[in-house]
Amino acid sequence: MGKTIIDKLWKNHVVAEEKNKPDLLYIDLHLIHEVTSPQAFAGLREKNRKVRRPDLCFATMDHNIPTADRFNIKDETSRLQVQTLEKNCEEFGIRLEGLDSLQQGIVHVIGPELGLTLPGKTIVCGDSHTSTHGAFGALAFGIGTSEVEHVLATQTLWQNKPKQMNVKIEGELGFGVTAKDVILWFIANYGTNAGTGYIIEFSGSAVRGFTMEERMTLCNMSIEAGAKASVIAPDEKTFSYIQGKPYAPKESEFNARCEAWKKLVSDNDAVFDKVIEINASDIEPMVTWGTNPSMCLPISGQIPAAESSLSIEEKQSIESALTYMGFQGNERLKDVDVQHVFIGSCTNSRLSDLVEASAVVEGEKVHPGVRAIVVPGSQSVKREAESLGIHKIFLHAGFEWRDSGCSMCLGMNDDIVPEGERCASTSNRNFAGRQGKGARTHLVSPIMAAAAAINGRFTDVRSIMQTKNLEVDRYVGI
Amino acid sequence: MSGFKTHTGKAASLKRDHVDTDQIIPKQFLKKIDKAGYGEFLFYDWRYQSDGQENPDFELNQLNTKDSSILITGNNFGCGSSREHAPWALKDYGFQVIIAESFADIFFNNCVKNGILPIRLPKKEIQRLYSEESPDVISHLIVDLENQHVVNGSGEHFYFEFDPYWKKMLLNGWDEISVTLQYEDKIKRFETERIVN
Ligand code: SF4
Repeated sequence: MGKTIIDKLWKNHVVAEEKNKPDLLYIDLHLIHEVTSPQAFAGLREKNRKVRRPDLCFATMDHNIPTADRFNIKDETSRLQVQTLEKNCEEFGIRLEGLDSLQQGIVHVIGPELGLTLPGKTIVCGDSHTSTHGAFGALAFGIGTSEVEHVLATQTLWQNKPKQMNVKIEGELGFGVTAKDVILWFIANYGTNAGTGYIIEFSGSAVRGFTMEERMTLCNMSIEAGAKASVIAPDEKTFSYIQGKPYAPKESEFNARCEAWKKLVSDNDAVFDKVIEINASDIEPMVTWGTNPSMCLPISGQIPAAESSLSIEEKQSIESALTYMGFQGNERLKDVDVQHVFIGSCTNSRLSDLVEASAVVEGEKVHPGVRAIVVPGSQSVKREAESLGIHKIFLHAGFEWRDSGCSMCLGMNDDIVPEGERCASTSNRNFAGRQGKGARTHLVSPIMAAAAAINGRFTDVRSIMQTKNLEVDRYVGI
Repeated sequence: MSGFKTHTGKAASLKRDHVDTDQIIPKQFLKKIDKAGYGEFLFYDWRYQSDGQENPDFELNQLNTKDSSILITGNNFGCGSSREHAPWALKDYGFQVIIAESFADIFFNNCVKNGILPIRLPKKEIQRLYSEESPDVISHLIVDLENQHVVNGSGEHFYFEFDPYWKKMLLNGWDEISVTLQYEDKIKRFETERIVN
């Protein structure tokens, strides 16, 4: 029987295999940030342990840091956390892209950008959206702080091999439909539990057609479908993305590495535990209306009402989401006003996201009732965007143009949404309180967020694109 | 960490699905650099009103649930972020066992590594656990990891599945890193002989 890409990635990393035990897997890259690491380093110190392979660790600070006046961290505990990371990296000899680094950014944006994320690697980070790196054909998953400590001390993790699912996305995406809409549509239709216990391989012609940045958006949110990880087989697009990146294999060995990476595909006769087939042309621009990512509808949709649902549980969950989100039920999404727009987060803050959103914004003004911010995923993205003049389009329209960080994705810094107000957000979680206590989050794609900023309410971005005569091509990414 | 063999205690119920880690411990409490003292912030937004007073309607604020050490809840408990602050807060509050229909993967691991026993039981069995008691609290529940069952006040046994490796780790209270460090030779060999992709 053939092997899946997941089988191959797994097998290449097994250090020890024993009966009645999980496998001991070797970890090739350990990404570290300020929030989930302090207790792990403290644990090492307590037991007088060393970091086994500091050369395979890489740290940045992103969750806590200000995006407006970045060196001025007012909150004392945030400052302490950032300083603690600096101290830990210095003491244990770990590379750190700190606040003053030109390469600082959200951990899942800079890993790929620096060429640290490569096909065939096992990659972990104390952050659930580590699944992002699977877009390169890496086995990448989030871990807790005890596991961070375990990887620091041993460069390994005990893991039971999950089941495997193939999600095939075939056909072409419609005009104005993005990778974000694809993953939101998947979760809306298959639920936040769809991937529980599984690693997903995304395949199919739509996925092959995606740029690397679109693939990252897709894999990023597979965790919201409950999956342990997700992976996309590497191909020429992957290789050309990697080539020349600062930490990528050097020219002399690059071709040989590509040859090895090409073997990281599922064999034709490989068998998955589950297969889901999706027709890309069924997907429309999506907007979440509730408090988990499966509470999500096409922009043409109408918010559900509690009575129309079936079971008691479903009714209760819809009722409490409606109450939190300030809806009665039955409202049309297009009638919903927004007060905040956030373009950022590890899901949608890369250059193509900003370019696409800026094309919608160009020549327009942010609606007077809206406060809109753009937070590039990394300082490199910010510089590249500025060299293209994109910041001017946003600034001219009335957006704020910030420094990189997680920002309003989780509101650990000053960027929060006030109680009871609504935010069209390109991030990945719409849980109650995620963007601030009582904040109402609606997840959308960058171009849908741009459309909401201009009109002050959710809008089908396709109508704006048609009016502005925007080329379809522009929306398949760069 | 001391081993986990059996636990007898009072069980409180939180009849909700998809309780995410942002609810278990909101992000403003993730800024500390130690593991202690998160219990007072557990379920913060549900537990307290905006004036800082306890919310009298919240399940865990009821007089009869206050000293519970077992939490019974619904589907997909602990979904969302990987923050280990969630089990630290549950443990610091006093919970030693969590019984749910299902758990998010990272959260499940985080529990085991902190000596909290996460038990999966089907919905029907969770409902039967309550048998003759009030709908919100079970005053006497016995949890036995060795035999992998839960016994309620009426003496009914409920079997649960548990991974044999994690069972051994929990029963003995072993430090996982110490166990893994015994594999040093294998790790070294892997590093020298591995296939680099
Ligand atoms: S941007 Fe949001 S989801 Fe991504 S790493 Fe930061 S906090 Fe996590």
